[in-house]
Amino acid sequence: MRLERRQGVPIAVRLALPLIAIAVALALCSFFLLWAGTNVGQAYLSLAKGAFGSRFALTETLTRATPLIFTGLAAAVAFRAKLWNIGAEGQLYVGAMAITFFGTGLVSLPPVLMVPFLFFVAIVAGGLLLLISTVLKTWLRVDEVVTTLLLNFVVLLFVDYLLFGPWKDPMALGWPQAARIIEEGRLAGIVPRSRLHTGVLFALGAACLVWILMRYTRWGFEIRAVGHNIKAAHFSGIPVKWAVMRTALLSGGLAACAGVTEVAGTKGYLTVDISPGFGYTGIAVAMLAGLNPLGVIGAAIFFAGIYNGADSMSRAMNVSNYIADVITATALLSMLVCSLLVQYRLRRD
Amino acid sequence: MSGANAIAGPVLEIRGISKRFGALQANRDLTFSLDRGEVLALLGENGAGKTTLMNILFGHYVPDAGEIYFQGKRLPQGSPAASLGLGIGMVHQHFTLGENLSVLENVLLGTESLFRLSQDNKTARDKLITLSERFGLRVDPDRLVAELSVGERQRVEILKALYRDVEVLILDEPTAVLTPQESVQLFSALRNMVAQGMSIIFISHKLAETFEIADRVVVLRRGEIAGVFDTEATSEGALAHAMVGRDLPKLDRRPAKPAEAIMTLRSVSVRLAEENNLHDISLELKAGEVVGIAGVSGNGQRTLTDLLGGNLTATSGELVLEGRLITKASPREFIEAGVARIPEDRHEVGIVGEMSIPENLIIESYRDSEFQRGGWMRGRQIAQYAKSLCDTFDIRGSGEAQQAKELSGGNIQKLILARVLNKRPRLIIASQPTRGLDVGAQSQVHQRLLDAKQSGAAVFIVSEDLEELFALCDRLHVMFEGRLSESIPIEQANIDDIGLMMTGKVIRSSGRAA
Repeated sequence: MRLERRQGVPIAVRLALPLIAIAVALALCSFFLLWAGTNVGQAYLSLAKGAFGSRFALTETLTRATPLIFTGLAAAVAFRAKLWNIGAEGQLYVGAMAITFFGTGLVSLPPVLMVPFLFFVAIVAGGLLLLISTVLKTWLRVDEVVTTLLLNFVVLLFVDYLLFGPWKDPMALGWPQAARIIEEGRLAGIVPRSRLHTGVLFALGAACLVWILMRYTRWGFEIRAVGHNIKAAHFSGIPVKWAVMRTALLSGGLAACAGVTEVAGTKGYLTVDISPGFGYTGIAVAMLAGLNPLGVIGAAIFFAGIYNGADSMSRAMNVSNYIADVITATALLSMLVCSLLVQYRLRRD
Repeated sequence: MSGANAIAGPVLEIRGISKRFGALQANRDLTFSLDRGEVLALLGENGAGKTTLMNILFGHYVPDAGEIYFQGKRLPQGSPAASLGLGIGMVHQHFTLGENLSVLENVLLGTESLFRLSQDNKTARDKLITLSERFGLRVDPDRLVAELSVGERQRVEILKALYRDVEVLILDEPTAVLTPQESVQLFSALRNMVAQGMSIIFISHKLAETFEIADRVVVLRRGEIAGVFDTEATSEGALAHAMVGRDLPKLDRRPAKPAEAIMTLRSVSVRLAEENNLHDISLELKAGEVVGIAGVSGNGQRTLTDLLGGNLTATSGELVLEGRLITKASPREFIEAGVARIPEDRHEVGIVGEMSIPENLIIESYRDSEFQRGGWMRGRQIAQYAKSLCDTFDIRGSGEAQQAKELSGGNIQKLILARVLNKRPRLIIASQPTRGLDVGAQSQVHQRLLDAKQSGAAVFIVSEDLEELFALCDRLHVMFEGRLSESIPIEQANIDDIGLMMTGKVIRSSGRAA
């Protein structure tokens, strides 16, 4: 048995790929549900209901998808340039810290300016954090996987220090949380009686912008060339180092936006648990999306839906909600296998 | 010729072999036979199906149809071990030796059980020494393979096969890595083998050497047999015609009219961490002239072309391009100064395989206002430009969205030529410009380079193919261990002296070996 490259894969097949992967994943996971002794059909039905089945479910899923779109974009952009940014979690918290610093009273602007201003400071902070690792990578050849990953812990511990120390809100009854973002800086709700806020619109807009940037601009051209073949890019006179640095600023900035949507949108103030690993899940989102910025939207909604749905499934069917992790992990694995099979065909000789 | 003592009765019969890879019919109904004591050449362009056929013969691939008979018995399919056991040996184009093992250990690897290696190698050593003397393949059994030259490594590969008492030896493009002198040695060893009753299949795409060594030639074209010839009763022209399917246009080469110096190197040295350093190189490339570098690969040629293309900065010395000092310039500055670079590794360095053909055509000039404005790529202009270039340079792909890596080697090279020559360069740095290309594509590339010289560009070619250099160049330098010989006008160059110089012998300017 060996693999043989296929010529010219039709677009329709490529688009259907994630859907096939998800179907395969659900089929595989039904064995686990059977094992847990539940009715598979009912379990998946309650999962689907919990994810998309009601106004509440839908808004909750979108609220949860919002930061995942940003961290997914961060990973997609960086991975496209072969910059292995595992530090979206840290960049998210740096963004959250930046807006807590500026947005809790230090600066006060009308809402139309305040929100963009908060996004701006977060993007700068997140971009600079990733830039540290990138400079180390391009000039000193320090592995960015290691530095970005380790910086996550540095950032998180620093947030801990701030929340237990200087930034601790005296009005919070002893909870380790920072002061609230001022009203002008909050992301407004867009559906009454739900947590959904304008952050989701920013996320959708960001995905479109990134898609346009990668496809139609000079920067995107450079990033793609560098990512696909750094030797050829250098040979062709593309400023490789600058292209990678720009990618770092963009990727770190996008991850930091997830911090904005959580602090200025969903929660209202900074705590140490604003992210249940959005930064890491973003990597999986980007992979499921095949690093396509528009695909990230769908993948993020899928991931958010599975997590929300699994909660309600576990309540209704009495199975562990860890099944969500199993489903998303299986979806990712079957995505990898499916994309291999689309690009190559198996031959038996 | 050694065909004189051939005994009747084929040792190997190939009957109706067909093999298909996807849409590509690599072999179609091939039938021919190999007689005892003969050298049969398998001649064909790249992609003609030579290597596929040999891999079937040796058991790497299973044919879709057809059978192979070895001494009248049917050969089991798909088993290299069976082929080896029966006495068919193969020497691949890329060597398969363990560099950290000695010659003897390499020969024994896979032949003897590993546990006996250290205890009982007296008989093995004797056998190896006998073999190497009998066939004139001199090599010290105790040296590490890492210390051997390419020619010696090839001898080890051949000895490895001979040690297994093969009767049929298949050699896949064996001269591609050898100097002319090493080729002569190889040929005399091969003649020795056939004189002693062995049979050899010699795969090649070079006409001249086929004539020199083979008794019969099977010409393959597009997976089919285009003709079987006796070398004594045919001509190079007939073989070329059979191989390409048409007569090749004659190169239009006119005498050089060297004008002003475009690029001057003044005692340039490059010290890299690894090998491939350059020592005190001085070179002048003039407009309207083709200068070639001959040499066995790995003697610093790649460093030199990297340097001339702006991919590397000299440790000491000066580079002057049209009166401007550019010692510390970047690839981009070289491109903008009108230097066209045709890299040695066209797949890895020449193109970004995952990007489209148009994107690869503009990758050196994507900043021009023709292709982008204010940071926005101008898709329509780029597509139009690419279309006209594909027409002019005859790049055959399946459409503009096609990824560049899906193109054939010849079309990738045409893409690179189109990209750099369309900008009317002042200087062309071409590294192995036709390596791996078929004869038809080769002559197109050659003509493009000669045309560029005619229109006043300085052309610099590095090639391992001496025939190519002699066909194109006005002056030659020979490169050995990072040093450059003095310039040799092509009228005074002779292929034997050049070959000696490639191995490090110093030749006086009078042209005699010292």
